[in-house]
Amino acid sequence: MTRLGYLVFLAAQSAWNRRGTLLLIVFSIALSTTLLLGLERVRKQMRESFVQAVSGTDLVIGARGGDMQLVLYAIFHLGGAANNMGYQSAREIAQKPEVAWAVPLSLGDSHKGFPVVATSEDFFRHYRFRGDRQPTFAQGKAFASVFEVVLGAEAAKKLGYALGHKLLLSHGSGGTRATEHTDMPFAVSGILAATGTPVDRSLFISLAGMEAVHLNWRSGAPIPGLHITPEQAIKFGLEPQSITALLVGLKKRSRVFALQQEIQAWKAEPLTGVMPGVALDRLWSMVDTGERALLFVSALVTVTGLAGLAAAILAGLGERRRELAVLRAAGARPADILILPACEALLLLTVGTACGVAVLGGLIAALGPILAEKYGFFLRLSPPETGEWLVLGGIFLAGFLAGLIPAFRAYRMSLSDGLTISV
Amino acid sequence: MVTSAADGGASPAVLLENLVFRRPGRSRPVLDIPAFAARRGEQVFIAGPSGSGKSTLLGLVSGILVPSEGSVSVNGTRLNDLGGAQRDAFRGDHIGIVFQQFNLIPYLSVLENVLIPCRFSLLRRARAAAQAGSPRQAARTLLERLDMPPALWDRKARLLSVGQQQRTAAARALIGSPSVLIADEPTSSLDADRRAGFLRLLLGECAASGATLLFVSHDPALADVFPAALFLPELNRAPGEDAA
Repeated sequence: MTRLGYLVFLAAQSAWNRRGTLLLIVFSIALSTTLLLGLERVRKQMRESFVQAVSGTDLVIGARGGDMQLVLYAIFHLGGAANNMGYQSAREIAQKPEVAWAVPLSLGDSHKGFPVVATSEDFFRHYRFRGDRQPTFAQGKAFASVFEVVLGAEAAKKLGYALGHKLLLSHGSGGTRATEHTDMPFAVSGILAATGTPVDRSLFISLAGMEAVHLNWRSGAPIPGLHITPEQAIKFGLEPQSITALLVGLKKRSRVFALQQEIQAWKAEPLTGVMPGVALDRLWSMVDTGERALLFVSALVTVTGLAGLAAAILAGLGERRRELAVLRAAGARPADILILPACEALLLLTVGTACGVAVLGGLIAALGPILAEKYGFFLRLSPPETGEWLVLGGIFLAGFLAGLIPAFRAYRMSLSDGLTISV
Repeated sequence: MVTSAADGGASPAVLLENLVFRRPGRSRPVLDIPAFAARRGEQVFIAGPSGSGKSTLLGLVSGILVPSEGSVSVNGTRLNDLGGAQRDAFRGDHIGIVFQQFNLIPYLSVLENVLIPCRFSLLRRARAAAQAGSPRQAARTLLERLDMPPALWDRKARLLSVGQQQRTAAARALIGSPSVLIADEPTSSLDADRRAGFLRLLLGECAASGATLLFVSHDPALADVFPAALFLPELNRAPGEDAA
């Protein structure tokens, strides 16, 4: 065993001997690590998760109102419904020469808590996520008729529906029986592969399907006594009057500002065109304040934990002056004595941060699915990334510096005590 | 590694010349010893009431303290000439120390405690290995000769009785045959019966390894078993003070 190896052995034995006290310190370091790393992970993956869900879309167009609200509702199904925009306007925009593709979205219904998105088949062709990936079908195909529905991967798994299964839509985002569109069941025509975006939690029907289930509705409520069968419904035009939003991809991205201005000045109705990245940036800058407050609190918890680390080692030194004198008598240098508390600090930091990483992993495994279900926000269980390594490094460095306080105290004690300690 | 001067073992094991020691910031010396020498292999009893500077003297001989004036030599090496780390290494190589009490690291086993000097000194590790085959075997042999039953060897030191602790401490001080053994009131925490037994073992082992023994105590009654005895206040010209 080398001299340093022996000192590490001694530090570990000594720490184990005082494990009762030190356990609390390890606990507080673990807590700090979990908090700081968790914050960093949520911050990073929340941003990624949002940005990845709209990677191919240049503009989200909808009725004028809150820009951010429009994006959050249309793409992430978060928050309340904005005003609708006219379908006529959407068609006119889609036919503009600079528009490569346009996908209409109409929201508002749900099935057992999963949002139902009425759209066109173009959605499966043109929607992009995580760079340039396109949704693919794990089973079946896109809806071909009015009363067919496509399930997102997560929704299919949770609901346990197979191809051909018939389901009823509910009005609004709730799931109560009273507002179900009981007359018109939809058959599952396809199930999408997982994308890691809100698509996974959604059900997709055609715009005509959405029209059909609302034929006997006026002002958000069924008309009493009016029943329409699916067979009758198909005979109606089923052309929607309005939609929630239009996703637009351009042939040339550079045209986005020009088109945006044009939308902004739309004659027929007040519209707005939002670049999703810009809206999300604005969202982050709002979230930033809260994040910074959380970061501040977590940093305080960490500082408290590390101060506890230094204090616990210092308190231990008082009882250990005799030990240090014994080692000095056997030929240990004051520098060796300095290494012992520093080693102890590093050992506690290692155990503490390792526990913290493990606890974070456990929390993500336990809470990740709930977050995905409630907020469509995907938290991955993954090894630490650069930012998290920096956080870990920061904790270690700060902890090591805190450990130097007892280390230098031990050093000075061993110089002044020598072999004679007046206890 | 620091070794003794090339004098063929002719120089005294411990030599103090015109030694004066003052505590930092004090003008009155604690120790003022014009001359003192202990031959190699000699067993010297140094008596003195508490506060007469006994522990300070041992601190100087072991190289933990540095004299304000004069010199301390061990086996012909002037400790004054060595730097701090060299003095620590010299102490590890050549000097074994037994304290009054709390000699052991409480959370290490008896064997690990005995082996501590071999962890810091290559010389003592090599000597212990040469004597018994391995440092661990040397520790076992010493413990056996000091009447420590093998059942105790793996026990944590804090579980030992005071007498067992002192015998373990003696084994630790003796392992790897240091040339000088310093004992600072090693028997004062033992009762009369055990005291005699411990002294007999300690003196016997020192004689067996040829180590020079400096044994300080406030109890002049112990002087009888030593061939040579000194009274520190007679050696020391500095007036006694509150030194510990």
